[in-house]
Amino acid sequence: MPKFEWIKKVLVLGSGAIKIGEAAEFDYSGSQCLKALREEGIETVLVNPNIATIQTDPRLSGKVYLLPVTPEYVEKVIQKEKPDGILLGFGGQTALNCGIELVKSGVLGKYGVKVLGTPVSAIEDTGDRERFRQAMLKAGVPPLKSKPATTVKEALDVANEIGYPVIVRVAYTLGGKGAGVAHNAWELREIVTRGLVQSRITQVLVEEYVGHWKEVEYEVMRDYADNCLTVCNMENFDPMGVHTGDSIVVAPSQTLTNREYHLIRSTSINAIRALGIVGECNIQWALHPKSEEFRVIEVNSRLSRSSALASKVTGYPLAYIATKLSIGYTLPELINKVTEVTTACFEPALDYITVKIPRWDLQKFKNADRHIGPQMRSVGEVMAIGRCFEEALQKAVRMLDIGKIGLVGNPEDEEPESEESVKEVLVNPTDERLFKIVKALKMGISVEEIYRLSGIDPFFLYKIQNIINMEAKLRQLRLRDSTAAETVREAKRLGFSDEQIAVCTGTNELEVRQFRKTAGIIPAIKQIDTLAAEWPAKTNYLYLTYGGDEDDIEQSPGKSKIIVLGAGVFRIGSSVEFDWCGVNTIWALKKNGIQEAIMVNYNPETVSTDYDVSDKLYFEELSTERILDIYEKENPLGVIASVGGQIPNNLAMKLANAGVKLLGTSAEDIDVAEDRSKFSALLDKLGIPQPSWSKLTSIDEAKGFAAKIGYPVIVRPSYVLSGSAMRVAYNETALENFLNLAAKVSRDHPVVISKFVDKAREVEVDGVYDGETCLIGSIMEHVENAGVHSGDATMSIPPHTLSVEVQRKIEDATAKIVKALKIKGPYNIQYLVKEGEVYVIECNLRASRSMPFVSKTRGINLIELATLAMLGKKFEGLKTCGLPPTPHVGVKVPQFSFMRLSGADPVLGVEMLSTGEVACLGPNFADAFSKALQSAEFRIPPKGGSVLITVGGEEPKRRVVPLAKAFEEMGFKIYATAHTADVLRASGIESVQVLHKIKEESANPNILDYLQERKIDLVINVPMGNKQKSYSDVLTDGYIIRRQAVEFNIPVITNLELASALVDVLKKRESNGNSICSLNEYMDELPWKLW
Amino acid sequence: MVPELNTSKSKKAVLLLEDGTFFVGKGFGAAGKTSGEVVFSTSMVGYPEALTDPSYKGQILSLTYPLVGNYGVPPYDLNYGLPLYFESDRIQVQALVIHELCLEPYHWASTRTLDRWLSDEGIPGIYGIDTRRLTKKLRTHGVMLGMVKVCEAGEEPNLERLLTEAKRIQDPNLTDLVKEVTVKEPVHYKADGSKTVVLIDCGVKFSIMRNLLKRGISLVRVPYDFSAKEIMEYHPDGVFLSNGPGDPKKCVKTIESVSELVDKVPLMGICLGAQILTLAVGGDTYKLKYGHRSQNQPALDLNTNRCYITTQNHGYAIDTECFCRTPLEPWFINVNDKTIEGVKHKTKPVFAVQWHPEASPGPYDTEFLFDTFKKMMEVA
Repeated sequence: MPKFEWIKKVLVLGSGAIKIGEAAEFDYSGSQCLKALREEGIETVLVNPNIATIQTDPRLSGKVYLLPVTPEYVEKVIQKEKPDGILLGFGGQTALNCGIELVKSGVLGKYGVKVLGTPVSAIEDTGDRERFRQAMLKAGVPPLKSKPATTVKEALDVANEIGYPVIVRVAYTLGGKGAGVAHNAWELREIVTRGLVQSRITQVLVEEYVGHWKEVEYEVMRDYADNCLTVCNMENFDPMGVHTGDSIVVAPSQTLTNREYHLIRSTSINAIRALGIVGECNIQWALHPKSEEFRVIEVNSRLSRSSALASKVTGYPLAYIATKLSIGYTLPELINKVTEVTTACFEPALDYITVKIPRWDLQKFKNADRHIGPQMRSVGEVMAIGRCFEEALQKAVRMLDIGKIGLVGNPEDEEPESEESVKEVLVNPTDERLFKIVKALKMGISVEEIYRLSGIDPFFLYKIQNIINMEAKLRQLRLRDSTAAETVREAKRLGFSDEQIAVCTGTNELEVRQFRKTAGIIPAIKQIDTLAAEWPAKTNYLYLTYGGDEDDIEQSPGKSKIIVLGAGVFRIGSSVEFDWCGVNTIWALKKNGIQEAIMVNYNPETVSTDYDVSDKLYFEELSTERILDIYEKENPLGVIASVGGQIPNNLAMKLANAGVKLLGTSAEDIDVAEDRSKFSALLDKLGIPQPSWSKLTSIDEAKGFAAKIGYPVIVRPSYVLSGSAMRVAYNETALENFLNLAAKVSRDHPVVISKFVDKAREVEVDGVYDGETCLIGSIMEHVENAGVHSGDATMSIPPHTLSVEVQRKIEDATAKIVKALKIKGPYNIQYLVKEGEVYVIECNLRASRSMPFVSKTRGINLIELATLAMLGKKFEGLKTCGLPPTPHVGVKVPQFSFMRLSGADPVLGVEMLSTGEVACLGPNFADAFSKALQSAEFRIPPKGGSVLITVGGEEPKRRVVPLAKAFEEMGFKIYATAHTADVLRASGIESVQVLHKIKEESANPNILDYLQERKIDLVINVPMGNKQKSYSDVLTDGYIIRRQAVEFNIPVITNLELASALVDVLKKRESNGNSICSLNEYMDELPWKLW
Repeated sequence: MVPELNTSKSKKAVLLLEDGTFFVGKGFGAAGKTSGEVVFSTSMVGYPEALTDPSYKGQILSLTYPLVGNYGVPPYDLNYGLPLYFESDRIQVQALVIHELCLEPYHWASTRTLDRWLSDEGIPGIYGIDTRRLTKKLRTHGVMLGMVKVCEAGEEPNLERLLTEAKRIQDPNLTDLVKEVTVKEPVHYKADGSKTVVLIDCGVKFSIMRNLLKRGISLVRVPYDFSAKEIMEYHPDGVFLSNGPGDPKKCVKTIESVSELVDKVPLMGICLGAQILTLAVGGDTYKLKYGHRSQNQPALDLNTNRCYITTQNHGYAIDTECFCRTPLEPWFINVNDKTIEGVKHKTKPVFAVQWHPEASPGPYDTEFLFDTFKKMMEVA
């Protein structure tokens, strides 16, 4: 059956901002989907406000609408675009939920838009636990014993029937949001209360708890003709009980016998047939560790995090093929894109093993619980490929970029710890479990005991023991020993890095490298080909391994090649925006005639690790050792390290020292910008103002300096992104604590203390320099005053309060710095503006987080220009300088995932906490900001709603008065805490009602009750400037209010400038969101469009 | 102190190909020397099933999946009188070639390691070589004859002598391999049902028998060289032609019997059985460059356009051009290389498939073919 001819135009829904449980994997699946549609000549329309994605590039997507993925906005787009069909499976749960509402409200019917692929009934069967259970029972597929509950009482009855422990799951949520294990009625009551609130249909499921069973997943494809296959199976290293998104995962499964593998595979297919899925889905299983008994856990009737992983694991483009199936093709009609001759109707055979490890950033969040469990908390993941488990595992540990040189050999491994505390983590896992296993084995705790405590299969534990044994062997070894080559060869096979070997043998990394090269110990390049070498592959999807002695590819020396270093693992502060930069660099290289644009990256969520984006993809570590390995094999013209964010940037100097030719700004100049001390000296020389600063040499000196310039001061380590360990110290004690922390984070680089400028405006500039022409992409102004990390700030293009004179000053300073640093490529400079004076605070000689935002809003692809500059070409002839402001306004808003992080305090500061961002365009600030807020899941308070205002400190209390007045004038009901209410009343706001503090439990009306009863639509809570207080007392009332508001999904604003901007939005409520224009339309109206 | 893991005493081993290529690795299983046709399988699970598959007789099997032995080896426990986890009662391959051997397997059903199993059954194994390089070599040159030498601990392989020997390996396909794996005397297997099938054993996989028995079909398993007359004496409701090793043309007597049986009883064949059926009705077979050995082969039903994922293990195939001379028609083809995967008789209740619907190892998606066979017998 070929494709349906009636499909001429398709609407695709994206997933919006990156959040925990819904990340860049949907940029990957959406991009593949759009590619698959467009090559069929089908017109595409995309709704996705995530401006940093690759899919929101008009070159890929046809028409792009940067709008909230909500029924309200999608209907407006449907009305305008009149698509024939809609795809709901490529934008995560966000798109699926939106789609279901569009069906239920009759919108799709009204406009004659067909849901392509998996029918809505199947989506609902998988989304509603009870319907799912019934469907599975009917299909002869064993589900968990369970029953739904809509009240706490009902839940308690069900639990008594099944027996504790039970797990509570919440219907229709992302990443297992709201789920929890209850061992008794008391715990059950608490989890169910919260879950019922979070569920879209006020329903939870109470079910038998299968902790310590094996967790296995299958990725299944099915077409309209009922052909069905499984592309990949995966086994979780962590047993049931830890969310699969937070589990270490290996693929293919390692401990399943043929019978187990295929019994579950067949049952997966039966389940998917019974549901009627068309396209792709993921099915999760629990397998009993001592029998062939298994249970189906859930089906994701859409592309998922796991399916993105499976695509990278196998080389089978799941999203691409799923799209083709959705528009009518059958599997045997489609071609395997890797071999280009065999069919897509097959199941990939792997001849390697992959290991995925999640990356958490829990330590960034004040008060956040570090346990991992049924609720996903990780913010990124890495995947490593090897020919043995040990190799893949150690690569993956390094890829996490958490300061580990591998599974063993890290200084902190030897820190003494009690057996009890290690065992505690084995039983109740935290993000550090893997390293506690190492500790446990070293302590002599047996594999059997660790298995009993953790449920982790001994197969994996023995492999970890192998690594530990090798470490012990290496510690006895000296490179001059006669057996050294043999041992080093085996160590390399087990994934030891040169640095690890150096640490163990008491030498240095480069010496180990030299030693092994002399001994002929070098890695081999292997190809991922979907068929385990049975057929030749036409694509260059590659990895390096010591488990082999022959390269799969022959190098072509005459070709012009350039290596681009990708962004690596995503974490808070480095996300899909850097993938956008990497992919655009590859595209620009191709456009400029480079014959082989080579990508190195290891993040399975991304578009850049799609093998058909670059000419060669090395799915590999971003480390000096590995880049040198690749560099020596490929012999390229050079390496681009400035478009992938901090990881490649930090490698630049080391690579340059090792003789690698870097393209763009020289490593020395990067160092001047990154080293705070050198950079500050440069600014002094250029006569550009900056806040007073000093380089730390001793803690006493630092204290002296801080006392001189006056608190508060900012403590910043060099070479960090996202404000890791960057803090504002309000007094000496805090300063001392922070200095200790900073020293630990960045051992090699100095720490700088500078004056924290209060109530200043913060401004950023993104641009490109080719050595002659200084191009300023845009000046961006933060809505919040300085003090909120730029990644958490709301930004506006063009700047909305800066005078022309100030803007001129910023442009002048920018030009001077850019010239002095001899930049060739992208740059980002951050400024403070106070009382008309402009101060430089930071300069980055690399692509910044805001680059896609600036590029798309301004219609100038900065990365394309940066690539030109790095290739040594000039901008002459391009109309890119002195551009007037755009006629439209772009506003970028952060997305937080506090709900997913139990205990985390949602108050903003200098450390970045947001997981993603969105940006919308509009005719004015209020319109764009309103759309952007809604895109970031911020519920705009309804007309005649209510606001709780509670502000700490005299000055902020005064500043909140005009805001309160505005709320009153708009008809809002105003609640406040006693002191805030006093100030408001004194200023003439009579209607304010006092709510008692949460601590005063018996006093009514109490804030907590009002939050729980949803009598409050918005919380404005500005904590005291002096943060030191909240550190000592985590259970302040302010914290509890903020946290409770988060739990009950009530928007919280902790910043007065932001509150003021929101008031602006509310005032213009009627006209906001009326303009529905595509990014294409905005760009096309710009006379200088460079895209 | 860290406990040391069991490491098998390092034995040197070498795999040599007829063209002089050799791979030096480590030995496991039994020390010794053996030769055969070197083939590769891309299956990722199912080494206990694969190693006991009689179709591998005469072959040195290399597995492309690099981690092998992870879940150990289960016991020879019986089910329908047949070992549940295996396809025959012993290891059939000449030798096993893998990248990494799991020394510390873990599985509830395991009673010994892969190393121990091979050693108990006298089969040599080699690990620690670049099996992907080997696979690419076989893919490019076609299957080759080869030799595996596993030294005793402390012994050094004499490469020069081994290389000379490797050039003189006898092709096992020139011998009657089926004779080595067929049952010597008829054996009866009783099931709760009214139908009886004579199973011509060319090296049958036990899963084929299990599939028939669990459908209530009683079996008489007879040697491959039984005549049609001897077979018909059992008054079977149907005849089953099993899988088996080597060149189908060596099974002269079986071909002869089948040519008579086609007109007399419902008949189903698998793998070698499909080739024998084709030869019996005037068709032809040929040797593939490197065969189909995997669990992911796509077989397309030419009548319905449905495609099935199948497990395969064959080095010979049915010639496409010979069909006009036969009463057979193509039923399934392989979507990748368009080879014939299934044939059926134009007028009689007779069919055969090139793959293994009994799976084991592999997917169970086409077990329905056994139901088709049963229905044929019920109608006839």
